[in-house]
Amino acid sequence: MSAFLLTPDFPYCKGCGHHHVARTTVLALEKLMLNPLDVVLVTDIGCHGIVDGCFTTHTVHGLHGRSVALGAGIAMGISEGKKVIVFLGDGGATIGLQHLLEAARLNVDLTVVVHNNMVYGMTGGQPSGLTPGGFRTPITPQGNALVPHDLCRLARDAGATFVSRVIGNEDFTDVLQQGLETEGFALLEVLELCTSYGVKLNPGMRLRKLAEDAGLELGVWRGQSRQSFQLTHTREHPDLLDSDPIFVSYSSTLEKSLAVVLAGSAGEGVQSAAELFAQAAMASGLQVVKKGSYPVTVQIGFSTADVILSPEEIICHAIDQPDVVVATSADGLQHNLGRIREMERGIVWIDASLEPPATGAEVRRIDFRLRAGDRNAAIYALLVFLSETGVFPVQALLEQILRSPLAKHLKPELLAEFG
Amino acid sequence: MTVTPKNEAGDSRLTLLDGSRLIVEASARAGADVYVGYPITPANLVYAYSSARLPAVLPAPDEISALQWMSGLSAAGHLPMTATSFPGFALMIESLNMACMMELPMLVVLVQRLGPATGTATAGAQGDLWLLHGIISGGYPLPVFCIASLEDCWRLPPLALQTAIDLRTPVVLLTSKEMVMTLSSFDLARLDEVNSVKREYYQGESPYASYAPGANKVPAFLPVGDGRNQVRLNASTHDMQGILRHTTSESLANTRRLQEKVEAGTPVLYELDEDRDARTLLVTYDVTSGAGRAAVASLRRDGIPVSSLVTRTLLPIPQVYYEILGRYPRLVFAEENLQGQYARLLFGHSLPDHVTVIGEVGKMIRPEQIVEIVKSA
Repeated sequence: MSAFLLTPDFPYCKGCGHHHVARTTVLALEKLMLNPLDVVLVTDIGCHGIVDGCFTTHTVHGLHGRSVALGAGIAMGISEGKKVIVFLGDGGATIGLQHLLEAARLNVDLTVVVHNNMVYGMTGGQPSGLTPGGFRTPITPQGNALVPHDLCRLARDAGATFVSRVIGNEDFTDVLQQGLETEGFALLEVLELCTSYGVKLNPGMRLRKLAEDAGLELGVWRGQSRQSFQLTHTREHPDLLDSDPIFVSYSSTLEKSLAVVLAGSAGEGVQSAAELFAQAAMASGLQVVKKGSYPVTVQIGFSTADVILSPEEIICHAIDQPDVVVATSADGLQHNLGRIREMERGIVWIDASLEPPATGAEVRRIDFRLRAGDRNAAIYALLVFLSETGVFPVQALLEQILRSPLAKHLKPELLAEFG
Repeated sequence: MTVTPKNEAGDSRLTLLDGSRLIVEASARAGADVYVGYPITPANLVYAYSSARLPAVLPAPDEISALQWMSGLSAAGHLPMTATSFPGFALMIESLNMACMMELPMLVVLVQRLGPATGTATAGAQGDLWLLHGIISGGYPLPVFCIASLEDCWRLPPLALQTAIDLRTPVVLLTSKEMVMTLSSFDLARLDEVNSVKREYYQGESPYASYAPGANKVPAFLPVGDGRNQVRLNASTHDMQGILRHTTSESLANTRRLQEKVEAGTPVLYELDEDRDARTLLVTYDVTSGAGRAAVASLRRDGIPVSSLVTRTLLPIPQVYYEILGRYPRLVFAEENLQGQYARLLFGHSLPDHVTVIGEVGKMIRPEQIVEIVKSA
């Protein structure tokens, strides 16, 4: 008996083509003179998948349709010199088509053997995405009305290195051996007839004729030779905490927590301005929390940053009502209108171009956009806020600005306004 | 109060950071060696940092592929991690069942956001606990740890990874949008050292049986491709060798072991702050723990005794929680969902009269809400 097998008997129905696929796999592995422990056999759900108990290779029995992705993960992570083979059926190939195409695109070093017997044999013989048109199944007794995916063509288009379609009751040992020798993604589609459903409902059907009528070309195709997928470990990976610390070199007069909302338009530097503001507050000895809110489109619509400043540790950053709102654009004002209206105190700074909202807070209008331009209105507004309130020194924010890429985009005379 | 300069030099290392950064750095130091990612808000920062920090990053074409690739990598001896949010997590569930059955270590960071369905990607929530409780068909538990502070973003990933290895199981680290996306001032000097996880492979005689119970009912691990021993992994009901079996006594004993090992071996982590005069215990987890701590401080300033339990091990439910809860005539749960998921998980759908739930949808629970309820007793 072969060193690859625990038993010469496979657990398939009498006459099933899967016997031949399993035997051919063993022959091809023997011809390659591989050690069974250098081989990983990954099986899908389906009749073919119950064979793994017969093999002396490593075996991994996964989910329906996911075996190619599972095998790809193994192939990506396993040491060199190991051969990963995936067995799946036409049903598994249908539900897991994306996995197959992705493994081909990445050229994962994997040999995939699709047992295409045209039906879901374990569940009653339903048609799969690979069932040819006209093929009769228990739920399509008049013949399958749809044309099948041409799996080999799809795999080739996706970049597979080796692709072949063969007739399952003929000798394809050499073809499978070539697939196994391929460095990169290899697909072998084996056409079979399920003895329980295919043969009975399609009497006299011949596989060659079936393939011809369905336009399923037989043969071997080789893709452009290219490097198989490698899991790289060579990249630099710097410590994420290795950044310059913020030193406290200013002080603040703030006695209790202050919630500041900066509201502007996406793409106008609202979030980065709020971040510099938060860092400047830290340099003034304050504790800080900064949250951003913006549409998923990122570059259009509102952009709001909530910044909480506190002389003490902030253990909860839920904001009931802001103390301060700085709105530099109509988008920002509109988005925050609800909570501005609910404000019973505090100050709302708005750009001079905006209509003052109804609110219990004091409203101040300033030409943020006119004086600083659209792109810099947010950071300018925060400088104005600091110079008017003195919550912490405006110099602390100027210092953060000058250390940031933003410094290049701000006119010196604009910063000079604040000392 | 005037704050004066205090760290001209000193040991402090003040920085402005989010929880995602700490999660990834701690995971990398602990030994997570490959991140398999599919983008989704609000877990994107974890992906972005991982791409810069972990030894290898694989962009998957979808979340099913992500979990399958992770399973394959784990089977081959790697320690993979990913982060996602509900819509992606939903796609991972069948594959997580597979990884649970195959007993493959890995870490999934689940960042909660507002549902149902795609809900609001940039709004936080605590809505996925019930999902996690029933995620494995048959009710088998996965260890679920929950982040309740920035420090937890540093402490819990290494613990979760070690648990994944020790118990040979996928582990979920639960968090939420505000925890991983919000920037906070933070002193890095507060962080302890992170040690690499300890991992041992099977050293015994051949033949190796992939699912023979070892210490604490956890089978010793060998990666597929091992040169000395055949390794069999199986997502279907299987025997100790890993061969598919019907409902034999051996295969069912193996399935039962999945529950036993997780229930016996999952570390129990919680923070109990008790006031001996308190008759009310406040129970929080995840982002609401911040509001809970603030509320407790406020109540105590007002002379109102209250105790607090912050749970970090959510699943399997540690028995000690019931002992703690049983000491109080009144329990207040605060969690950012409508149902009181944690309260009902612990006490059933018809809550006893001594249990009160404070819930919110689409916004964080504020300390004032908790204070008001506790005072109303």
